[in-house]
Amino acid sequence: MGASQSTESNLTARIQRHLSKIVVAPSFAASLFFVYGFILWTGYMAFSKSRMLPVWDWAGLRQYERLWQMERWHVAIENLLIFGGLFIVTCLIIGCLLAVLLDQRIRAEGALRTIFLYPMALSFIVTGTVWKWLLNPGLGLESMMHDFGWTSFKFDWLVNSDMAIYTVVIAAVWQASGFVMAMFLAALRGVDQDIIRAAYMDGASLPRIYFGIIIPSIRPVFLSAIVVLAHLAVKSFDLVIALTGGGPGYASDLPATFMYTMAFQRNQLGVGAASAMMMLATVMAIIVPYLYSELRGGKKNG
Amino acid sequence: MYLRKTILATGVAISALATASFAHAEPTAEVLHWWTSGGEAKAVAALKEDFEAKGGKWVDSPVAGGGGDAAMTVLRSRVLSGDAPAAVQLKGPAIQDWAEQGALADLNDVAEAEGWDKVIPPAIQDVMKYEGDYVAVPVNIHRVDWIWANPTLLAKVGATEAPKTWDEFNALADKLKAAGITPVAHGGQPWQDATVFETVVLGLGGPEFFQKALVDLDEDALKSDTMKTVFDQMRKIRGYVDADFPGRDWNLATAMVMNGEAAMQIMGDWAKGEFLAAGKVPGKDFICSATPSEHGYLFNVDSFAMFNVSGDDKVEGQKLLAELIVGEKFQETFNLLKGSIPARLGVSLDKFDDCAKKSEADLLAAQEAGGFLPSMAHGMALRGHLSGAIVDVVTAHFNSDMSSDEAVSRLVEAVELAKD
Repeated sequence: MGASQSTESNLTARIQRHLSKIVVAPSFAASLFFVYGFILWTGYMAFSKSRMLPVWDWAGLRQYERLWQMERWHVAIENLLIFGGLFIVTCLIIGCLLAVLLDQRIRAEGALRTIFLYPMALSFIVTGTVWKWLLNPGLGLESMMHDFGWTSFKFDWLVNSDMAIYTVVIAAVWQASGFVMAMFLAALRGVDQDIIRAAYMDGASLPRIYFGIIIPSIRPVFLSAIVVLAHLAVKSFDLVIALTGGGPGYASDLPATFMYTMAFQRNQLGVGAASAMMMLATVMAIIVPYLYSELRGGKKNG
Repeated sequence: MYLRKTILATGVAISALATASFAHAEPTAEVLHWWTSGGEAKAVAALKEDFEAKGGKWVDSPVAGGGGDAAMTVLRSRVLSGDAPAAVQLKGPAIQDWAEQGALADLNDVAEAEGWDKVIPPAIQDVMKYEGDYVAVPVNIHRVDWIWANPTLLAKVGATEAPKTWDEFNALADKLKAAGITPVAHGGQPWQDATVFETVVLGLGGPEFFQKALVDLDEDALKSDTMKTVFDQMRKIRGYVDADFPGRDWNLATAMVMNGEAAMQIMGDWAKGEFLAAGKVPGKDFICSATPSEHGYLFNVDSFAMFNVSGDDKVEGQKLLAELIVGEKFQETFNLLKGSIPARLGVSLDKFDDCAKKSEADLLAAQEAGGFLPSMAHGMALRGHLSGAIVDVVTAHFNSDMSSDEAVSRLVEAVELAKD
């Protein structure tokens, strides 16, 4: 309030000098509080005795011990490995393949690109519900094949405890591979055409040009795509809820659905917080090396 | 200046709208609930009308979603910020949880004036009281251990009534299966698996065993041979359901019985609402029969817990609301709409259907015999983390080829882990 004493022009100059900081400050403060503040708070909750309501009593590592003794958490972690691994690899392969095919200067590329990208515009809830209907043996694909006369056709992954998690992979890949394609397509377009022409001159075949020149030169995009896909995998929640509801039983539980169940349905805030911290650690394990390499790379270039 | 004041005032008014009382202090009650559709919504509207007819001001706070999970999350934040609603739809041991936090109001003076001790069944009083004081009011009694059967399908294998023992149940189901009829309509969701499980525990183990195993969590009962036979029976039932059961909602399973696609469903009496809504007549179009047990009766009671509020108008509103909820008029209206029976005994059941009358008669018999027990699957018997641990094992067993021995040892482990 001391500024009210000074002259008006002085004040304007001051404001202008700090304008950028002032504009950023609210969102900075909000994210500092709502993101990092609550991460710290959740971190503390994981060490507390909280059950129904948050309490501050120290429980040490007890909540983590209980978490790792729970059969259901092991199922969730195993599912995350299956789901995350298959989801990332399949999305990369399909996305890369689509991008390379689209890159062949074909007709109607714009229309095709839109079609492949569209699933990304849907919410995971919609994707989950649609695939639930498609994969339901009594309703979707299997019953359609039976109606066509192929009565021995069997596709019951959705209702099979051992296979349910793979249906989540199918739906997630369908949704995200178009997005990966767009990333690769942009990168492919950025490759220096002169090098490719030079390779042609030297008589290199098309596959050899792709594997020898283009794909190595877009390597950074792989890293970006993996980071985006990995965090999609770790935080996926709505897709599982809509598609399988975590079932049959809890066979397709993921860490996010586990956390929700514990914290909001079972009055186990402490265990829920501990599982949330484990998820954070998983994401950090992926993001931190990535950021590190990015920042170092930036320094080198600068 | 004026504009700023208006903006401020609007802000305050919006935040205060939920709790504000007007100049003359009329009894006010804010009610947090998740009864937002169908018969339940109508029932809440009936309560609101009654409350307003008595000069009260009803502040509705419906939070739909997740079967109450969303409402519970709202409740937590409201209590933590010191602004609890007057009445909250809460049930079972969750009431004790909140009472332990010192968040619930004492209703003893209303209880005495209205003579609740005389009309509410003692087992339900226990749920509504914390250290001897009434802190919540019951609105209904749902029975969980029902078999809903399709008489036309039963007749095809020569049966005229639902089975009376679990052996009969298996024999009948085998016959149905041989005749190409799906014996059991079931929805593969954890709570539905648990519903079937607890009726089997009640039937094969008897009321005393049920009390020991699923209420007291007695370790010897949990790892007993009886528990193994319960899981054996669950495995048999797994063979009686159709292939597409995982994830199916309970009302779709009920529809299967109604439409003649399956012969029987084990489900609480909210299923009756589906039959009645479709214009079916009990005894003729469908059979309601208790699952095999010796005078057992598993109750699932919805209730409203009364939270500490400040201000005369709010305290008065809360008491008026409590009085109305336990009153005969609301109990009758609500339960006719919801398919359950009144939580106070002695309300005339003339307007109710035969299943409801059977429910009350069985209730009285079960009370005599000591078989009137809280449902585990519906959060009446155990706190959420304990019942959750049991449900996890039950549903994992039902949806895999786990052996009964392993299920029992996992059950003991899970309960122990959840206990500490």
